[in-house]
Amino acid sequence: MKAFETFETPAAARVNYINAQYGLKSWLLTKDHKRIALLYLGSISFFFMVGGVYAMLIRLELLTPQGDLLSSATYNKVFTQHGIIMIFFFLIPSIPATLGNFLVPMMIGAKDLAFPRINLLSWYIYLLGGIITIYALLAGGVDTGWTFYVPYSTTFSNSYVIAAGLGIFISGFSSILTGLNFIVTIHTMRAPGMTWFRLPLFIWSHYATSLVMILGTPVVAITILLLAFERLSHVGIFDPANGGDPVLFQHLFWFYSHPAVYIMVLPSMGVVSELIANFSRKNIFGYRFVAFSSLAIAVFGFLVWGHHLFVASQSVYAGMIFSFLSFAVAIPSAIKVFNWTATLYKGSISYDTPMLYALGFIGLFTVGGMTGLFLASLAIDVHVSDTYFIVAHFHYIMVGGALFGYLGGLHYWWPKISGRMYPEGWGRFSALVIFVGFNLTFLPQFVAGYLGMPRRYHAYPPEFQVFNVLSSAGASILGFGLLIPAIYLVWSMRYGKHAEANPWHLPGLEWRTASPPPTENFLTTPVVTWEAYEFAPPEEMQVVGRMKDEKLEAPVS
Amino acid sequence: MAEGLSAHHEASHPALQHHFENMEQQREAGALGMWVFLVTELMFFGGMFLAYTLYRTKFPADFASASNHLDLTLGAVNTVVLILSSLTMALAVYSAQVGNRRNLILCLVLTITLGLTFLGIKAVEYHDKYVDSLIPGQLIPGRPYNPAVQEHGAPDDKHKLHLLPGATVKHVEMFYWIYFAMTGMHALHMIIGVGLLSVILFFSWRGRYGPEYHNPVEISGLYWHFVDIVWIFLFPLLYLLGRHLEHM
Repeated sequence: MKAFETFETPAAARVNYINAQYGLKSWLLTKDHKRIALLYLGSISFFFMVGGVYAMLIRLELLTPQGDLLSSATYNKVFTQHGIIMIFFFLIPSIPATLGNFLVPMMIGAKDLAFPRINLLSWYIYLLGGIITIYALLAGGVDTGWTFYVPYSTTFSNSYVIAAGLGIFISGFSSILTGLNFIVTIHTMRAPGMTWFRLPLFIWSHYATSLVMILGTPVVAITILLLAFERLSHVGIFDPANGGDPVLFQHLFWFYSHPAVYIMVLPSMGVVSELIANFSRKNIFGYRFVAFSSLAIAVFGFLVWGHHLFVASQSVYAGMIFSFLSFAVAIPSAIKVFNWTATLYKGSISYDTPMLYALGFIGLFTVGGMTGLFLASLAIDVHVSDTYFIVAHFHYIMVGGALFGYLGGLHYWWPKISGRMYPEGWGRFSALVIFVGFNLTFLPQFVAGYLGMPRRYHAYPPEFQVFNVLSSAGASILGFGLLIPAIYLVWSMRYGKHAEANPWHLPGLEWRTASPPPTENFLTTPVVTWEAYEFAPPEEMQVVGRMKDEKLEAPVS
Repeated sequence: MAEGLSAHHEASHPALQHHFENMEQQREAGALGMWVFLVTELMFFGGMFLAYTLYRTKFPADFASASNHLDLTLGAVNTVVLILSSLTMALAVYSAQVGNRRNLILCLVLTITLGLTFLGIKAVEYHDKYVDSLIPGQLIPGRPYNPAVQEHGAPDDKHKLHLLPGATVKHVEMFYWIYFAMTGMHALHMIIGVGLLSVILFFSWRGRYGPEYHNPVEISGLYWHFVDIVWIFLFPLLYLLGRHLEHM
């Protein structure tokens, strides 16, 4: 077994970032990127539960064809709020603000992000945006759909559009600040020897994500601001009475909100690249292709927003160009999927919980991506626009993609974050339950949508009931599956087995310091002399694999 | 804080933050951070520039009529004021680099004064628009958008809107919406800039900046120049385009 050199201090009586200081104040005023990551982890988990409650209400209502549980007005609010909470307050910050915050400095051998105070500020901004949005929900809710299309949102809706918009506007700045911090950190804070092409792919994907964050978020910020002022002053640039163009809103909105999908899925792809390489104990196949495909996705992602406007009075020629460009995004995405698959080939694969999520990601992301090609085709899109086909498609990307990557990453780095092992048996079990529940929820929606069931209605023709019953059943399994890790991860913080510095026996820098790490991450500045994913020769690998299995099997009875 | 780090930090500059290796790295990070921030600002203003371009193309006569109603003199004076403030800001950065505390303070005071002058003139312009009921919609309670229109051939009244052929009052309102959105957002950035420079001025007065450590002055300067450049684009777009149509 190849022993990876570590930079940690002798284990006895070691001070780490969790026990370095105690008290609420030491957390609320911390500038440590690891503690801020945990603050984010707590808050996004809260918002995830809120969004999950709305999802359950939706699935309960759709169990029967009649609109019996919720009135149509309430249903409009429920799906709007599900979307707003899940997208702006869970998915967008999920991986970057928690795992990214924790790991970006550790993986490049830095003591912290470049701007620790701005990092803490971003959490407070996020929280302020979240509180204002929660206020909007409690005061009476929003019913515009998470897309806030004008003129409904500016003129006709009687719900709390300005408050919800303000919440999103504010939380957008937390995303901008996180992206800014990552870009500067990756450029200026790499340890000696950590060249660009030695960076773990997690870093490359976060770099690409940060580019989208800083380039896209300001545009949606000004758009929502203009919308709020338009609603206040009863006149504005989107108002047709003034000669304004409501479609301009859609252009500006999707200029951010399509790339925002890549904010959600790119970090997930970074996690999956780590998991696939490390749990196959092989260097990733085509490192540079995987790295640059992240940048390519970020760049192409900005050129495809028009595919949300195929049925919104956009010219056919613009539609053709946007259709072509949307197909082009499939290329870097496919490069990733093929390279992950090639990495698995002849790898020494172990099916630990994180790897199950990673493999699930590949399958589900492929389904989500392929159905995206249906939607990028002009003619088919006219048929399935605003149906459950679209709902199923983007949930495959956002849940099957982003959420699976997040859960996989959370398990994988949990020993580093908490210093404890999670129970492996329960982990695998819940990963399977979540996978089954997810597919049962969203696969029937493809069919229902293709047959013509429109989205955003609380009642539907009875012939769609079978798909909806299946979907609601799947949602309960999914919800149950998600409860399991929520319980055992909290449980493991106190009762889990103590984790060693490098429980998976991996070469990455974050594994070469103690678990949990000391406040300054590395007590001496590490000098990097190895490539990313540089494993020992294959014959030694097998030994490592067996030893690892013996060590890591958690007793599950 | 671990003991291992203190030896390394003992010899270094007091302004060096604990997570940076040396002053050079800290300076680079600060400068890059500001550049990245300015990119986000560019995108922020970009949305409004897009809206402006779209509607200027859609309603050329209306926009020209509204443009002509803006006060060219005040706009031009403000442009000169801002360009001068950029000069004094650049001199402030230079003074910090060479360690001339007296000139640094002088230049910062000049820059802040020029910034406040700009804001004062802008306030006068806004007040004129208020008097002429040109503030769009019902943003100001009790003063809805309701401009007086000058008839063709009537004697010039600078409080009245002179509509070019094909222009309508409703579409002029669109111009004023964009005008207030863009200049308002710009003015907000000016206010933030004045606040930022006041903090820098305070620390300059305390003698914090010198040849080894001046990046806060530098990056505040970057921000200030950016806000100026936005105005350099706003001035011709809002005030100058279509002036030649004035006497049609």
